[in-house]
Amino acid sequence: MGNWFALVQNEVLKVWRKRRFAVLVLVLLVLIPIFVYAQMKIAHGDAVKFTDWRSVVQQRIADNMNALASDRIPEEWKRWKRALVQQLQYYLDKGINPDSPNAVTFTADFLANAVTLFIPLMVLAIASDLVSSERASGTIKMLLTRPVRRWRILASKLVALTLYVSLVIPTTALLCYLISGLAFGYEGWGAPVFVGFRLHGTAIDTSLVHAVPQGVYLLMEMGLVWFSAMTVAAIALMVSVLLQSAAASLVTMMAAVISGTILASMASSWHSARFLFNVNLNLPAYLRGTPPPIEGMSLGFSLAVLAVWGIGALAAAFAVFTKRDVLN
Amino acid sequence: MKMHTLEREVVLSVQNVKKVVSGRTIIRNMTFDVRAGEVFGFLGPNGSGKTTTIRMLVDLVRPTEGAILICGEDVNRRPERALRHVGCIVENPEMYPFLTGWENLEHFARMLPDVRPERIAEVARIVHLDHRIHDKAKTYSLGMRQRLGIAQALLGKPRLLILDEPTNGLDPKGIRELRAFIRELAAQGLSVFVSSHLLGEIQLLCDRVAIIARGEVLATGPVERLASRAVSYTVWQFDRPEAGRSLLARSEAVRLVREDGHRIDDSALAALPGAIVTEMDQGTIPEWIRRFTDEGIGVEAVHRTAPSLEELFLKLTEGETVG
Repeated sequence: MGNWFALVQNEVLKVWRKRRFAVLVLVLLVLIPIFVYAQMKIAHGDAVKFTDWRSVVQQRIADNMNALASDRIPEEWKRWKRALVQQLQYYLDKGINPDSPNAVTFTADFLANAVTLFIPLMVLAIASDLVSSERASGTIKMLLTRPVRRWRILASKLVALTLYVSLVIPTTALLCYLISGLAFGYEGWGAPVFVGFRLHGTAIDTSLVHAVPQGVYLLMEMGLVWFSAMTVAAIALMVSVLLQSAAASLVTMMAAVISGTILASMASSWHSARFLFNVNLNLPAYLRGTPPPIEGMSLGFSLAVLAVWGIGALAAAFAVFTKRDVLN
Repeated sequence: MKMHTLEREVVLSVQNVKKVVSGRTIIRNMTFDVRAGEVFGFLGPNGSGKTTTIRMLVDLVRPTEGAILICGEDVNRRPERALRHVGCIVENPEMYPFLTGWENLEHFARMLPDVRPERIAEVARIVHLDHRIHDKAKTYSLGMRQRLGIAQALLGKPRLLILDEPTNGLDPKGIRELRAFIRELAAQGLSVFVSSHLLGEIQLLCDRVAIIARGEVLATGPVERLASRAVSYTVWQFDRPEAGRSLLARSEAVRLVREDGHRIDDSALAALPGAIVTEMDQGTIPEWIRRFTDEGIGVEAVHRTAPSLEELFLKLTEGETVG
């Protein structure tokens, strides 16, 4: 029989002992200081150039306005720039520095930038070979000849995967906070951040905009990052079930995730691309009021698309895993 | 009542099993029973459907037709009940190399109902792995991995042990130990199902045997009875081989076997220069020796080959290559 706890314990143990999580922490420990250093350089440069943050924001508005005046910039870009200008103006009017550097802003920025590529990559490092590695090593034959139903084995793998995804995101945030705090100070939890920007055509609808403490903002962001990471995890689990080799399943998933970021930057005229999971991964962008890559996308839309993909992938994974003959 | 005890005898029952994979029938009408406490050999050349059958026994592959019952439970319908009575190693004993032997056993123990740490220590001792049990499995030799695999299979005190080509890759000493070990387990009432493409192996190990080829059972029965149906040869060596041969050739009761007509191991014959292989009534050997002596032909040696399953096998499969 094997009760649930024992089965999940097995799967968590295997991922842990393969040192997957340790490697991820190591990668974060190398990467974060690099970004912190880059951020420090930028902040330092700004501080020398502009004694007042207002002039920085004003400069950015002016830059974007200039870009808007140019004929060579495509219409999609202009729409985005116009929205950005409007948003910056809003911050300026309210007297809040959108770039005030502290550990919390750095963490929020890092997560927002990591959600489309880096977080999915970390998820794939754990999810991609959950099933295919058992097949490649032959241990699947031991696993599936024990008196436990196959769906329970896959479900225990899914639970373990969920636990690891839920651990990876807070770990990333915590390491970001701890490391960047050395450079920028550990304050900033209470600083107001504006959320609720909505895009209507070319204009930003600010009627629902309100300020939330940055700590709350960070939590909201982490929730959205978790959602998009879980979608990637579910699809990776399916690919891991379908493909025989761990390498093949990792490459397939990486190709899908990377093509998503490429598509997002050029698919504005291909409207049905918005139903692909990989262009919908950037959920935190909605919080910030960044215009979506394709018109007609909204937070609700993206959540729905991701949910459908995730559930569909899990259904396929379970259907195949429980039925398929293990022939090699 | 009698029916009931008879049913309890049978630990594994394979009933009219058929398997079709992408339009090709791999297994046709496979039927056999394995009883409690017996070592059952499953003999066939590679590609004869052995591995597919074993995989069907443990629910890795679903039969297209037919049923497989272990202790009366259908393996494919109720795997969580039927497989409780089974320990198995399908092909190689694959373990998690990044876990220690103990952790591997713990891992599989968690998938069984109440296996205590004492039981894990006990099976480790049974397979003589207790001194290395806390080392990583990747540091184990093949023989040790094999033993860890058997320890894993024994964890849940199964009634049926399924071993797929268990001697593969083992050295002669390892093979001898394994053989003794399997006999010991059977003596304790465990049924052991052993597949092999090595006939000698099965002959040494098993009580009963099923011989299969091309996805069908050709014959089932006690090893001795099947073996007695096989031919045995009488091999002669003379100081004057030509004279001896012509004398033998003159008799109606003796059949001279051509070089490609027998299945005696080439390496065994190489040690017997000028050997003449015959088929004859072995009761007449003393009489023949007298005749050769009378004719002035010196008999250097006479060998009787033991009846070999290989001969029988080749008869049944009509020359399909073994190995």
